[in-house]
Amino acid sequence: MAKQVVQLSKVVIRFAGDSGDGMQLTGDRFTTETAGLGNDLKTLPDFPAEIRAPAGTIPGVSAFQLHFADHAISTPGDAPDVLVAMNPAALKANLKLLRPGGTLIVNTDEFGKRAYEKVGYTANPIEDGSLEGYNVIPIALTSMTVEALKDFALTKKEAERAKNMFALGMLCWLYDRPSQGTIDFLTSKFGKKPEILKANIAAYEAGWSFGETTEAFSVQYEVKPAPMPTGEYRNIHGNLALSLGLIAAGQLSELPIFLGTYPITPASDILHELSKYKNFDITTFQAEDEIAGVTSAIGASYGGALGITTTSGPGVALKSEAIGLGVMLELPLVIVDVQRGGPSTGLPTKTEQADLLQAMFGRNGEAPVPIVAPQSPSDCFFAAIEAARIAIEYRTPVFLLSDGYLANGSEPWLVPDTSALAKIDPNFTTEPNHELPDGSKDFWPYLRDPETLARPWAVPGTKGLEHRIGGIEKADGAGGISYDPDNHDKMVRIRQAKVDAIARTIDPIEVDDPSGKARVLVIGWGSTFGPIGGACKLVRDAGHDVAQAHIRHLNPFPSNLGEVLAKYDRVIVPEMNLGQLNMLLRAKYLVDTVNYNQVRGLPFKTDELAGVITDVLKSL
Amino acid sequence: MTINDLPALSLVPKSDVAQSAKDFKSDQEVRWCPGCGDYSILSTVQGFMPELGLAKENIVFISGIGCSSRFPYYMNTYGLHSIHGRAPAIATGLSVSRPDLSVWVVTGDGDALSIGGNHLIHALRRNVNLKILLFNNRIYGLTKGQYSPTSEQGKITKSTPQGSVDYSFNPVSLALGAEATFVARSIDSDRKHLSSVLAAAAAHEGTALVEIYQNCNIFNDGAWDKLKDAETADDLLIKLVHGEPIRFGKDGAKGVIRTADGQITIADVAEVGEGALLVHDAHREDPALAFALSRLSEVHTLQDTPIGIFRDVKRPSYDRLVREQLDEAREKKGAGDLQALVRGNDTWLVG
Repeated sequence: MAKQVVQLSKVVIRFAGDSGDGMQLTGDRFTTETAGLGNDLKTLPDFPAEIRAPAGTIPGVSAFQLHFADHAISTPGDAPDVLVAMNPAALKANLKLLRPGGTLIVNTDEFGKRAYEKVGYTANPIEDGSLEGYNVIPIALTSMTVEALKDFALTKKEAERAKNMFALGMLCWLYDRPSQGTIDFLTSKFGKKPEILKANIAAYEAGWSFGETTEAFSVQYEVKPAPMPTGEYRNIHGNLALSLGLIAAGQLSELPIFLGTYPITPASDILHELSKYKNFDITTFQAEDEIAGVTSAIGASYGGALGITTTSGPGVALKSEAIGLGVMLELPLVIVDVQRGGPSTGLPTKTEQADLLQAMFGRNGEAPVPIVAPQSPSDCFFAAIEAARIAIEYRTPVFLLSDGYLANGSEPWLVPDTSALAKIDPNFTTEPNHELPDGSKDFWPYLRDPETLARPWAVPGTKGLEHRIGGIEKADGAGGISYDPDNHDKMVRIRQAKVDAIARTIDPIEVDDPSGKARVLVIGWGSTFGPIGGACKLVRDAGHDVAQAHIRHLNPFPSNLGEVLAKYDRVIVPEMNLGQLNMLLRAKYLVDTVNYNQVRGLPFKTDELAGVITDVLKSL
Repeated sequence: MTINDLPALSLVPKSDVAQSAKDFKSDQEVRWCPGCGDYSILSTVQGFMPELGLAKENIVFISGIGCSSRFPYYMNTYGLHSIHGRAPAIATGLSVSRPDLSVWVVTGDGDALSIGGNHLIHALRRNVNLKILLFNNRIYGLTKGQYSPTSEQGKITKSTPQGSVDYSFNPVSLALGAEATFVARSIDSDRKHLSSVLAAAAAHEGTALVEIYQNCNIFNDGAWDKLKDAETADDLLIKLVHGEPIRFGKDGAKGVIRTADGQITIADVAEVGEGALLVHDAHREDPALAFALSRLSEVHTLQDTPIGIFRDVKRPSYDRLVREQLDEAREKKGAGDLQALVRGNDTWLVG
């Protein structure tokens, strides 16, 4: 008899296991099937920096959280409704996240005495009553997988390895997710190893059947599709969206792309992506170090390519001098900083947004650099194009500040019509631009466009425009070396004015205030958009008024920002740092902001932020 | 076959007018100290450039920081004066993305071997199509007189009042160890020799490293005088010529021979006979002999110092290999289709 089907409006599932247990893959597959069903979703992979820390230890735990719903959602969810714990370490590391009364699926095969003692339990937590507050579903995942695969020519170890597919099958049954996509995926992954392929499919199907027949699950759940704008959707991670945005920028400007970079977590995926698309006129250069990454990109820009370098915070520190050179040379350069926990090596696989001031000020001298920050995984696509547009049109290095949460998080994305994207004009200079007293003409490399203050971009190979540029201060206009005090003062101000002038091409910041009665504004930047939006919704659902605004351009700020801030009695600035945007807002607009900060390597929780907002509302 | 038929320059447009040294002089006033060895190198380079017959606008000089790094300002070509040590990396980005350019790097012993050592060795192993001119004056000039990575041990400078305890680099040995395909050495004041080495470097596909012994008359005057003075040079200087026996000294009395254990040594020609002399083969794949030659010179006395081309072998340039992959990708997949790429392979419809 078919089980009862229960409708849910949203579910948060967290898969947790050893690094080698394939939890990221399991989460990815479940996500893909969920996306295909039309649910709105957000994901958060949470994995260790160690590639394979010793099995069964807390440092080796890798987790993947997915929030899916029949309505629009903004975060991967605060507290999971369901936790799948593949071993005691996974249980210990993740139990505190599970909501009270949540469902806990544990793999009992891994809860031997040695295994639970290894992580500090003195008794088996499944049996000692300590999990009473949860709906515990003990399942012998490993042995059932091995049993299901007994007819295959596999070692016990190989068979055990398919237990993540058993778990996936079981959960796909429980939440009524389709199977064909996973079978297709396994076929393409293991097509050359037919025995492994068949075993994985068999494990998946065994898990599915187990879900259907076991009494442990009395009901099956269904989450209906979310109402979303019509169109064609795909699921996308931030690093992929960012890569596609860079490729699009190359196409829109008709410039070849040169990526000079050095591998670093969590930015390396952008190198991996771009290296696949050489047919888009993209050269990727894995340099000897971070410095060569950025300087080779500067060299390529000098030659008329769109020079890009990708890195994370420690890499930005190494590139600082070269970015200053880019400011002096006034050449296009996109610096992608996928921020991670710092300082120093910090938390390589965790998220943080503590590089804002480094991007803003981390160079010697007065060296202004525009900064653009995406607000969601899919927004990385548009933010990358915007960063490239500014770099090309204004001949300047531009920071694109993503972070680990955006990079690895995913969400459904309405596939954009790329033919509708605005072109970018590199506007190369091919003729002399300056008239000498005798009427003949020559080329002045620092004679600027009066409106944008951008200097001409004349690339080697252009006849008659041979010129020399460098890091030494140059004379206004003519561009020769100049140590003149007044000239230096003028040039410093011009470089600042050029960056300030970009504000004219930036959309004004928009405020979301559905009631129009809010007295409190919550303002953020980067990946906190989702959590802040979620928190504002909670506050509004509770009957209060609150406004939200999110800053995409951190330098220069949108020209109406001061006006917006001044409208509210209180401005709250939540950030995953100790108050960097807060400092900039206070310095520039003299606003008595309220900052709220966390640097835990994790995104904000919406209920927690909602509490902060409510407290401020009460104080009015 | 002329120099312009060689692969290194085959993609660089040629000048449609006859050029002279004057065409390569920029309007900038040269600001090196009077008497600096850099002047003669600049003049030699400007005099040699017309020989290449390349379109001036397709030549780029890139430098780092240091006295020698002012060089690009004085060349009426495209030029970029960058930051300390990074010129080879900047030039790599430019050269790889612009095969139609002839890219030259001008650097010094501090710039190339201290702060920029990493970029230098990686450019060499990759074989990027760059011509690197390393002005070696064995001292820091622009920062006013500290010892450099090529200063001899024991050298007394501003930062080493009791003498330097650093052991020095031999740039030729270093380059050979870094898988360089072209390594040569010349002297600032020997215009003819330097021109011939530059011509061979320009013709080489891949990275060519040319170490140029250069005099800093302010902080290390006379460092190479013994190799320039006709009185002493004969006895110290070994001129390497491809295909010829390696012979030097007054009346060619000395030569280089191989010893039974595979090493090389200096011998009296009268004693060993002309037939025993090692014939220089710059095109030899195995760099061991070139390396052995680079080790002959004595750091302090400059005894037995070879100049000329140590190694000149063929290996496809990094630029060429990168270009081939781009071409192959375009051939196999066609020009990129942005909409298809953004759409991906796994989509669903809403509504």
